Amino acid sequence: MNNTSNTPLIHISKKKELPWYASWGIRLVAILAAIVLCAIVTMVLTGDNPGQVFSTMLYGAFGTRRKRWVLAQETSLLLCVSLALTPAFRMRFWNLGGEGQILAGGLACAACMILLGNKIPNAALIAVMTVASIGAGAVWALIPAICKAKWNTNETLFTLMMNYVATQLVAYFSIIWEVPKGAGQIGIINQSTESGWLPQVGPHKYFLNVLIVLILTVVMAVYMKYSKHGYEVLVVGESENTARYVGISVKKVIIRTLLLSGAICGLAGLLLVGGTHHTITTTVAGGRGFTAVMVAWLAKFNPFAMIASSLLLTFFSQGANEISTVFGLNHSFGDILTGIVLFFIIGSEFFIQYKIHFRKKSAVSESGKEA
Amino acid sequence: MRKLFGAFLALAMAASLLTVPAKAADVKVGFICLHDENSTYDLNFINGAKEACEQLGVEAVIRTNVPEGQECYEAAADLAEAGCVAVFADSFGHEDYMIQAAKEYPDVQFCHSTGTKAHTENLENYHNAFASIYEGRFLAGVAAGMKLNEMIEAGTITEDQAKVGYVGAFTYAEVVSGYTSFFLGMRHVCPSVNMEVTFTGSWYDETAEKEGANKLMDDGCVLISQHADSMGAPTACETRGVPDVSYNGSTQAACPNTFIVSSRIDWAPYYVYAISAAMNGEAIDTDWTGTLATGSVVLTDINEDVAAAGTVEKVEEVKAALEAGELHVFDTAAFTVEGAALDSYLADVDTDPAYEADTEVISDGYFHESEFRSAPYFDLQIDGITLLDTAF
Repeated sequence: MNNTSNTPLIHISKKKELPWYASWGIRLVAILAAIVLCAIVTMVLTGDNPGQVFSTMLYGAFGTRRKRWVLAQETSLLLCVSLALTPAFRMRFWNLGGEGQILAGGLACAACMILLGNKIPNAALIAVMTVASIGAGAVWALIPAICKAKWNTNETLFTLMMNYVATQLVAYFSIIWEVPKGAGQIGIINQSTESGWLPQVGPHKYFLNVLIVLILTVVMAVYMKYSKHGYEVLVVGESENTARYVGISVKKVIIRTLLLSGAICGLAGLLLVGGTHHTITTTVAGGRGFTAVMVAWLAKFNPFAMIASSLLLTFFSQGANEISTVFGLNHSFGDILTGIVLFFIIGSEFFIQYKIHFRKKSAVSESGKEA
Repeated sequence: MRKLFGAFLALAMAASLLTVPAKAADVKVGFICLHDENSTYDLNFINGAKEACEQLGVEAVIRTNVPEGQECYEAAADLAEAGCVAVFADSFGHEDYMIQAAKEYPDVQFCHSTGTKAHTENLENYHNAFASIYEGRFLAGVAAGMKLNEMIEAGTITEDQAKVGYVGAFTYAEVVSGYTSFFLGMRHVCPSVNMEVTFTGSWYDETAEKEGANKLMDDGCVLISQHADSMGAPTACETRGVPDVSYNGSTQAACPNTFIVSSRIDWAPYYVYAISAAMNGEAIDTDWTGTLATGSVVLTDINEDVAAAGTVEKVEEVKAALEAGELHVFDTAAFTVEGAALDSYLADVDTDPAYEADTEVISDGYFHESEFRSAPYFDLQIDGITLLDTAF
């Protein structure tokens, strides 16, 4: 009897839950390995000193007070969208429409700033903008949610399509409100009067955005962990039949959760348009609706871990900016480095959850003896 | 995660100690570009920036792929804080964010190409620049008109079939000024010409530009020109063997059998002027308009394989007349609007959301383009040009 052919060369099995230090050890090793590979790629492709490239990345993200504020602000906006996606994803409703929901919120915000700017008191205008943005974002998520709840449509495709609709709407209104005529873009709204601009609070103009998102993080963590709603979301995500059996209205939970998801994306639109850009363009969401998917997954939908994962991704994008400027490299080079690091981080999750068994040499020789 | 964050912070602090500016004595100049070298528009700016900085011995810090949003402000502020004496931006939508940065960093000069607001913002350190590219377009039009004449003489087309197509981006004054001057250049030598214009709604959309050019050729246009930044229209022309006048630079390498000539703005003269002024602490013009004389408006080499015989000489002759002031591109005797010649026109020179017409721009028998501000404001729809779509 020869059993060597029956034993696979590599055999994968699920691991028991690792202690936190072991799993973090694996992640750390993965990041270190990624950095080494990045260094090699840098040297081979550009001939630049990888040490310099890395220190430039760090400088790009943390180098000056303003850069640190930009990092904080970009991190919070990405975090805001990730928080928005979290309840939907927990429910296994794949909301890929963050981009469109942000744009819908941003467009509503810009509409208020253009149509009501300098006509009503600023506090009232900001209140109207807030309601309009959050409402528009919620409606943009509500449409696919209702179709999912009623007719079980595919939410992934539906939310994706809603992104294109939102983009085209923004393009349409960019022409309606263009300044000057024919330019096809709106430019900063109310630049001289700052009507409808979110006010500066605290030490920096970006502080308000950071503060709002931090509060939101805590609220979302509490909502998901301790509220009845949060529990219902988990049950529906695990099994709709179980949910029905225990008397949870699945339709209601889907619609309610997506309203929340869209509303927070709408809030992100408000912060982007009313807080920082003060204009609306088709690119204002900047891919955050998609990047946030990665942020949420990397953090395993834990709102506090998302602070770290959104910081990590923002750090790389700010660092990549600086590299491309200082070394005169194309912007894509930063993306290559980011891709390598993400590949290793996501790959490391495999080694945390699974164990690899190689065919043992001794087993082969033993079976050989038997034969 | 907290450990990771701590490690990042520690590294960051170490890095901020390491990266103290090493060459503080050197003069740095910042450039902000919407795209990178793959766009003919941005490449034209980047080449100008490199040439000017080399000539002056200063360091160019070029930031590419900067969108027309808050990112532009951040990039401008970054460059100002990095010690640049002047910061330039190349795209129209960058303007408001450049103004925002200019207000915040009064010691740094901010110069914006193609913008319209410097003359109304009253900031000492914010400036607009453009070039009288309508003169370049007019000369390119002369070359195109010569080609039409050649086709008429050869019997390929009749006089009435001298229809030209133009792929524009938006119905924006810069585009209107461009296609009108190109048309007037053609009509200067070929009186029977008429033109159709289509708009793509984007400054860079290769597919839409290609489709636009194909639509115009299907419609009977025998020559194509463009004001949009991709290779869409030139390659469509090469495929169908229709002569083409391109923009931003030569497309001869990709389209050897159809390329006639291309006009472009050479930004190096402006950059040399503005950077020198910033270094010496001299004032920079609020609106600076480059001309044929400053070397800002240039034509590429004419492709003699495609162009009609005698084109080079004719273009030189017209160019001399323009430079001498004997010939004006927008001479009111050369065009009519709804059948009538104009002796007065109020243009929207001061940018405002209501598009209010505010400045009289016709005097001495011609439309004074790029004199009241550097960016074009000619937005008249003249007879002989048909707009196929005006959605954008």
